[in-house]
Amino acid sequence: MKYVNEYRDADLVRGVIAEISRTVTRPWTMMEICGGQTHAIVRHGIDQLLPPEIELVHGPGCPVCVTPLELIDKALAIASQPDVIFCSYGDMLRVPGSHADLFSVRAAGGDVRVIYTPLDAVRIAQENPDKQVVFFAIGFETTAPANVMSVVQAKALGLTNYSILVSHVRVPPAIHAILGSPANRVQGFLLAGHVCAVMGYWEYPPLAEQYGVPMAVTGFEPLDIVQGILTNVRQLEAGKTNVENAYPRAVTLEGNQPAQKMVRQVFADCDRKWRGIGTIPASGWRLRPEFAQFDAESRFDVGEIHTEESPLCIAGEILRGMKKPVDCTAFGTECTPQHPLGATMVSTEGACAAYYHYGRGLHDG
Amino acid sequence: MCLGIPGKIVEINESGGLKMGKVDFGGITREACLEYVPEAKVGDYTVIHVGFAISLLSEEEALASLATLQEIIDLEEELGVGSSDEAQA
Ligand code: SF4
Repeated sequence: MKYVNEYRDADLVRGVIAEISRTVTRPWTMMEICGGQTHAIVRHGIDQLLPPEIELVHGPGCPVCVTPLELIDKALAIASQPDVIFCSYGDMLRVPGSHADLFSVRAAGGDVRVIYTPLDAVRIAQENPDKQVVFFAIGFETTAPANVMSVVQAKALGLTNYSILVSHVRVPPAIHAILGSPANRVQGFLLAGHVCAVMGYWEYPPLAEQYGVPMAVTGFEPLDIVQGILTNVRQLEAGKTNVENAYPRAVTLEGNQPAQKMVRQVFADCDRKWRGIGTIPASGWRLRPEFAQFDAESRFDVGEIHTEESPLCIAGEILRGMKKPVDCTAFGTECTPQHPLGATMVSTEGACAAYYHYGRGLHDG
Repeated sequence: MCLGIPGKIVEINESGGLKMGKVDFGGITREACLEYVPEAKVGDYTVIHVGFAISLLSEEEALASLATLQEIIDLEEELGVGSSDEAQA
């Protein structure tokens, strides 16, 4: 397929890795923000092909992983109500809340549907005027344009039975939180290519400068990833702290202007809690007051929610690049994709699940 | 859900007041919303996320990147380091 096969060419990938090896003189720790990239790195074994000086740590860019437990419990409570059709992206269904997941709600008779695009949820609302249709609108900047369009469409259609449960998070405030921590080890970032396709990368140079950390806008194919790493290694070795675009075929500095405009019309900034990490100021989006009637949290009063995380889970430290899945005592023993204790083991974009699926650190004995 | 996949726009139409289209992903065709890429034409390649085109791929930039990477590799071969891990001292 065009724009895919060229970027999986093994000779080119090996050639770029050889160039990384020739360039590097010292150890460097780099973080890929995006869970899709974590998955690709482990799947293609890029982490094992790199010279030993380069350590990749895995970032918080997995929307399923960072959606707070309270909100998952809220989703479960709403989905369990009669006359509700609860729509979600497929990867949220197995995420454990405090006591259950969306699959078990469905097994108990709840109408939980997996949708491919939020416009499907709007269509379901049109077709079921006697039901309340709720869409679990999670994600980073990449899914925001789609999720807000569903609200705009519902408003245009005059739907009164459509609402969204919003858990939207943004990358730049997370980078700020990671770099501002005294325990930070990250010296360079691979920026999430498709977040930047929407938002551009104009927000990042002030962060790179403030913390003295280079960044490379990076795509998702193996060649894109090694190119992003090479871009950062060159900067690190030269003492530079720029934001460079290693994914120019899909990303421009300004990003997608119509999409940004629509997101700004519907969403406003807000503080958000990130699962395992805690609250990061101004790190998320919520519906603007003009769209309050589409807010599922105010439409459904589900009462006080008390949540409990597994005491064994260290996902919060993994998501900030301080630890790796193999540092968790539960990894591959008490915690597996069949019986996940934390969200990073559930999502295919979670670091723990990626390590488990590709056998990293499972047979050290 | 964040793995946007590149596909080729094979048809453009309008539905429910939105610019929509059919996008071919190496043989599998799906409906996608093209509202955020108003300049899109049939034949363009686009990145799709949860049913929405978020970016059009630039062929010019794609070819330039590949050429730059190929140059690095050709240079390595010329210098005789090939795919060896050790740089020459
Ligand atoms: S292996 Fe399981 S328990 Fe350990 S950090 Fe990962 S998700 Fe949490």
